[in-house]
Amino acid sequence: MTAVTFDAGRITPATRPAGAVTAAATVAARSVRKFVRTPQLLVVSTVTGAMFLLIFRYVFGGAIDTGPIPYVDFMVPGYIVTSVLFTGANASSSVAQDLEEGFTDRLRSLPVSRTAVLAGRVVAETGLLALGLTATAVIGVAVGFRPHGTGAESLAALGLILVFGFAFTWVFVLMGLVAGNVQAAQGMSLLIFPLSFVSSAMVPVGTMPGWMQPVAENQPITVMVDAVRSLALGDPALAGLGGSTGHYVGLSLLWAVGLVAVFAPLAVRRYRTS
Amino acid sequence: MSTPIVEARGLTKSFGKVQALAGLDLVADPGQVVAVLGPNGAGKTTFVRSVATLVSPDSGELRVAGVDAARHPAQVRRVIGLAGQYAAVEPAMTGRENVTMVARLYGQGRRQARANAAVVLDQLGLAEAADRPVGTYSGGMRRRLDLGASLVGAPRLLLLDEPTTGLDPRSRNELWEAIRGMVAAGTDVLLTTQYLDEADQLAQRIVIVDKGRVIADGTPDELKRRAGRDVVEIRAHRSGDVAVVAEALGRLGVEAPRTEAGTNRVTIPVDRGRAVMADAVRALDALGLDVDDIGLRRPTLDEVFLTLTGSSIDDGGDVTSGTAAVTAAGTDAGTTHPSTDIAA
Repeated sequence: MTAVTFDAGRITPATRPAGAVTAAATVAARSVRKFVRTPQLLVVSTVTGAMFLLIFRYVFGGAIDTGPIPYVDFMVPGYIVTSVLFTGANASSSVAQDLEEGFTDRLRSLPVSRTAVLAGRVVAETGLLALGLTATAVIGVAVGFRPHGTGAESLAALGLILVFGFAFTWVFVLMGLVAGNVQAAQGMSLLIFPLSFVSSAMVPVGTMPGWMQPVAENQPITVMVDAVRSLALGDPALAGLGGSTGHYVGLSLLWAVGLVAVFAPLAVRRYRTS
Repeated sequence: MSTPIVEARGLTKSFGKVQALAGLDLVADPGQVVAVLGPNGAGKTTFVRSVATLVSPDSGELRVAGVDAARHPAQVRRVIGLAGQYAAVEPAMTGRENVTMVARLYGQGRRQARANAAVVLDQLGLAEAADRPVGTYSGGMRRRLDLGASLVGAPRLLLLDEPTTGLDPRSRNELWEAIRGMVAAGTDVLLTTQYLDEADQLAQRIVIVDKGRVIADGTPDELKRRAGRDVVEIRAHRSGDVAVVAEALGRLGVEAPRTEAGTNRVTIPVDRGRAVMADAVRALDALGLDVDDIGLRRPTLDEVFLTLTGSSIDDGGDVTSGTAAVTAAGTDAGTTHPSTDIAA
């Protein structure tokens, strides 16, 4: 190796600190690059997603009565919502990994807004969710799902899922920050199993035991699934829902706003001070 | 008089029941490398993290380049660069992308960031590997890249937290070269290490920390002088001779000799170095013993630590890394850096 010398004089230093947008975009670019260049991540998440979709569609589906509509039309909107949750849980592990490997220390020692850095991260993770969301929707259509509503309603459904994904990403980021290491973060992410399954995502809530129904009916995943399903089917009644589409969409947006209002400040505070 | 680059007074910090800093005082003047040396758990990392504004001390005063770190942490971040115990680089990105990313976060414009990244990569000998994903780098290259990333903002103060932990001897030497080069160019460095020879090699000033407090402070030579006596060191050719050599030396020294079974090494602190050295050679000759090596040297920092604290430096931490430190120190003293072994 040639002798190493370093001459700080050849570096032109910055005249002022990076702005919030630059900081967020720079950090987001890293998350996207990391995802795109780690093909196994893409493959694993797509294959797992497809596998569960096929199992529900063809194995369990025949035993589940969803009234006037075929099970595949009932299940796919619910499934897409939960798949966003499962993909989003990766954010928790990757945040924890950055803490564990000192990457977070590097970022926190730089003269940039820590809030911007974290926001950039969340935006990038949400962008990646959009990719996964598209893949799952395509598979859903391939196995026979057909939206019954208008094209605009279907697009609104996808948009709503992204809003929801954005809100939940803050929860996962906080989980990763609290966990501090990948294993603990993965353990905490298991929380999404009861959340996903004790909901209207895969089965009508009416088939659950009486004591479980109030929980299942009012938890955020169900609220979200009901809204997405109402949009996708074009008529809430087809999904056995009593209210209007507007009602379910409004309620789910309220949940999303609530989640961000609570978890974003907590995550930012944790990131700034821990 | 110039403003100290780091000025810490009475810093305390507890994590639950563990007191990491217990009233640490340290004033570092610009223009030098200061090494904070101590066993695992001594509080070195907590101190560096305080200077890097990653930890807020419970009490005490901390100024970095004259700026109060508690009140104006953002201002402090503009003058520091941090390279931690791990290489904080993104393996999925290339070396160039990594350094450019950090440059952008330092506030540099797109073109400026790219130009500066190129300078840093070139000067750290990473120009050829710059466009390869960091995942393909060796451990030593990753550390150098990490160092480069912390330098791309041209910080006034570079903080290195155990920069060579876990590196093989060759990579350590390369990183040492890089750090020396940087210092020659005028960047101030505060580094922590548990490697005695590392502090000796790099720093003009060594601050020994134990249990969250500074227990000794001075140039490497001053610290060695404070521990007092020179040491005569002999390596017997046959392991069976170690006891005999120790007995012969015992009559010459002022303390009981220490023996090291694995290396056949016998050491003894002495008062009048040169005279005793001659006596030792005569005594061994009279006994007709074969020796591989005989020398008079200044005490090592390990011995200094022993004198100052009453316990060996590797007693404080976990067994694995303590052993690693001693092994590495031994290797370097014996092979790559004979200068530490030679009498003053």
